[in-house]
Amino acid sequence: MKVRGKDLKKDDFERTIKIEYHPKLLYAWDAGYAVGKFLQGLKEGKILGIRCRKCDRILVPPRAFCELCFVPLDEWVELKDTGRVNTFSISYISWDVRRLEKPEIPAVIEIDGASPGIGILHLLGEVKPEEVKVGMKVKAVWKKESERIGAITDILYFKPLKGEE
Amino acid sequence: MKEQRVGIIGIGAVPARSASPDVSYREMIFEAAQKAYYEAGIEPEQVDTFVCLSEDFNEGVSIFDEYVPDQLGAVLKPVHTICGDGLYGIASVFMQIRTGVFQIGVVEAHSKLSNIVIRGKVEEMGLEPLYTRWTGLHSYFIAGLEMRRFLYETGIKEEDCAEVVRRFKENAIFNPLAAYPSRISTEDVLNSRKIATPLKELDIAPQADGAVVLVLAREDAVRSLKRDAVWIEGISFFTGEPHIDSRDFGRASYAELSARKALEMAGIKNIRKEVNLAEICDVFSYKALQHIEAIGLAKKGESGMLLREGFFDFNGEIPVNLSGGYMGIGAMSEATVLYQVLEVVKQLRGEAGNRQVKNAKVGIVQSWRGIPTSSGATLILGV
Amino acid sequence: MKPYRKVAVIGAGLTKFMRRALETGRELSFYAAKEALSSSGLKFKDIQSVVMATAPDAFDGVHMKGEYLADGAGGFKRPYMRSYVGGGSGVFAIIHGWYMVASGMFDTCLVVAEEKMSSCQPHPQAAFNSIYDHTLERPLGVNLLWIFALEMQRYMHVHKISEEEIALVSVKNKKNALDHPSAQVAEEVTVKDVLNSEIMAWPVRRLMVSPTSDGAAAIVLAAEHIARRVSEKPVWIEGIGWCLDTSFWTNRDLYYPDYVEKAARMAYEMAGIKEPSKEIHIAEPYDPFAYKELHHMEGLLLCKRGEAAKLTAKGVTQRNGDLPVCPSGGLLGVGNPIAAAGLMKVCEIFWQLRGEAGKRQVPGNPKRGVAQAWGDLMQVGTVVVLGI
Repeated sequence: MKVRGKDLKKDDFERTIKIEYHPKLLYAWDAGYAVGKFLQGLKEGKILGIRCRKCDRILVPPRAFCELCFVPLDEWVELKDTGRVNTFSISYISWDVRRLEKPEIPAVIEIDGASPGIGILHLLGEVKPEEVKVGMKVKAVWKKESERIGAITDILYFKPLKGEE
Repeated sequence: MKEQRVGIIGIGAVPARSASPDVSYREMIFEAAQKAYYEAGIEPEQVDTFVCLSEDFNEGVSIFDEYVPDQLGAVLKPVHTICGDGLYGIASVFMQIRTGVFQIGVVEAHSKLSNIVIRGKVEEMGLEPLYTRWTGLHSYFIAGLEMRRFLYETGIKEEDCAEVVRRFKENAIFNPLAAYPSRISTEDVLNSRKIATPLKELDIAPQADGAVVLVLAREDAVRSLKRDAVWIEGISFFTGEPHIDSRDFGRASYAELSARKALEMAGIKNIRKEVNLAEICDVFSYKALQHIEAIGLAKKGESGMLLREGFFDFNGEIPVNLSGGYMGIGAMSEATVLYQVLEVVKQLRGEAGNRQVKNAKVGIVQSWRGIPTSSGATLILGV
Repeated sequence: MKPYRKVAVIGAGLTKFMRRALETGRELSFYAAKEALSSSGLKFKDIQSVVMATAPDAFDGVHMKGEYLADGAGGFKRPYMRSYVGGGSGVFAIIHGWYMVASGMFDTCLVVAEEKMSSCQPHPQAAFNSIYDHTLERPLGVNLLWIFALEMQRYMHVHKISEEEIALVSVKNKKNALDHPSAQVAEEVTVKDVLNSEIMAWPVRRLMVSPTSDGAAAIVLAAEHIARRVSEKPVWIEGIGWCLDTSFWTNRDLYYPDYVEKAARMAYEMAGIKEPSKEIHIAEPYDPFAYKELHHMEGLLLCKRGEAAKLTAKGVTQRNGDLPVCPSGGLLGVGNPIAAAGLMKVCEIFWQLRGEAGKRQVPGNPKRGVAQAWGDLMQVGTVVVLGI
């Protein structure tokens, strides 16, 4: 069996004639009804969920329809801004593969008030990496009201709730 | 073993619009899916396979396939994305049903092109990176080159191309789903801004947002669901010459090849006598005439004259693009052709109201994937 | 429901898997397609259709990448279609080719999978951040590694699996790959080497991750009457399955891949397999990260949940074990040009069942193998069962 292909070593790659192309890909995505209302809630310092009358799940991030029951949803529920860590990681690499001095701690956080196992992705802060545990109780740290714009980053991060197991 | 037929039993679409800021793509697709499933009389649990059509850069999301199942009720079911236009999706589900393993399939396409801030920069990404992109020209230049060659080879005039725009935008007035119904004159088209001559601004179909979902079913499922199906009599898809350096600019080879195959599959020997209406891709005005000739509705060079004589009008011999085509509905990358399929389905069911073609029994739909491709498909529907 | 027609794989080909290939995507596709064609006994004019699988357009930096790659794969004046399920595309390619031929619309199909990740600068991984939700996740500065690390953490937590047990997978696959002609990152490493490698996103360490690669793979499919005529040892597609889970991945428990199980069940049912752990002789699950091989082994119902690590530690998954897993060396050893990697696994099963895998050959005349790929946001499972 013949396997072809010329692997360029790092020096070859530096010396090869290269054409650079810088894409300019800009998008302005419509948030729509469900996510739009969720973002509005974040601006007001609230985490909103939505309830499916058929399967009785309370969902976050909210959506305009239940993906399991296939029915439209309209029963909004205000959730707490606390939750439990379902899973987490300690990342020493940035999104563009640079080494980070101070690691980032992404986590899936099950929000209190939503159905079990229903969580959102966010970052953890004000915590030492070695102290993070699955099941840890955390609370959202919000931006100042004047700085909130209606985005997921209106929550800066989630920090551990002291005195709770 | 007799091959079971495959038919369309439900089709739902949201009205095409130039922009749709109040809804996300999920919500638009959910609405279209609900309409389609209701018409087909099914719940999503009964569907065996889902095919969605999308291209990452149009959405601004890599692996857009991820975001597809929820709004179709397809969670934890066989779902996949095909990078092709609506007819490719229909071909894919058709083939899956024909294997004998699947009974009911769903095809979905949508457009949120209004969310792309600089469309030209996305289109530029479609150009071949080493030999074509460096020109810095807007990708429309390829259409300009093609139009010039087509007009030269056929003797068709720019005025004929302008007629295409005028007639199809007027047809759209009777299509409640169309985004750009209007009455304009051929002078408006001829005097519009030059883009890449001979291509002018109004020779280009305007973009739109929309969503459309179809339900296809095998013959035995159609019977047990007690639906009236519009049957797929022929379907074919082809890629001609992928790159502009090896392309015959005057001809639409993908349309010639796929139409020939589809007509053969449907057992149609004379398209002018046996087909009652046609929907062809008119994303550029001259393309309509090129496609009409490529699929055999007119001889080379004749399409302009026939158009002017009203041959392709509602009252003509073979109505073309009664839906309004891309010019009237809006150019929605993969989705527009499925709006055209919806038109043919309505006509064949006798549900087309005041634009009903009498005795509509067989319809042909032809598609093209757009610049810079040479890929397209043809579908023949019948009752 | 059983398919009406049988379809066989009659030829396969691969390119080298490289960090940075000199060749363009089109050229890589051509190399693999030509190799598959010449090993099949068919000529190019006999090929009636072409299927292309290739993952995100963002790597090559070409919109509608399928159209751009078409001629390299043979899609010139032919029916040509590109399917796309993220990382699952490699194995989905054979499923796509299968339904093209099994439908009766085509008698032959050339299936090509290609990836050229190195075009994306400064590092291909950066392109992956666009797979996350654009409104609710990307603004957090997301990173592809996060989602794997989150899943790995959950898997380890629920089943109490140690890093050492996971490191054994890297050791096995990188060693197996030393015998693979296309291999990019084959080497002998120890568990200690793996555990000492730098932490990327805990618990993921560098030697537990497959590299970014350029490469292509191709196979030729033929309907039964043609396969029996031109091939001495056609390898039959006995079962196919695929399944996509919800995009709301933060609402799912990541410790178990339901989507792989559902896809596997679909494939096993079609193949008439009741006890996969006994009836499957070779498995090539998708292993972009070391723990993923274990995760997928369980999803493929080759062992009970939480048991995969124990089987690996006992040596069951070695080439001479009771259930060889990734005898090719997998993605961890051979490389990860996303779509081509999945099809590479299919090629491996093809060669293994025919006894043509050379130094990698699994002993004992294996008759049935399963190849599986995964993709999207921990969402899609694509499975194919091949038999001879």
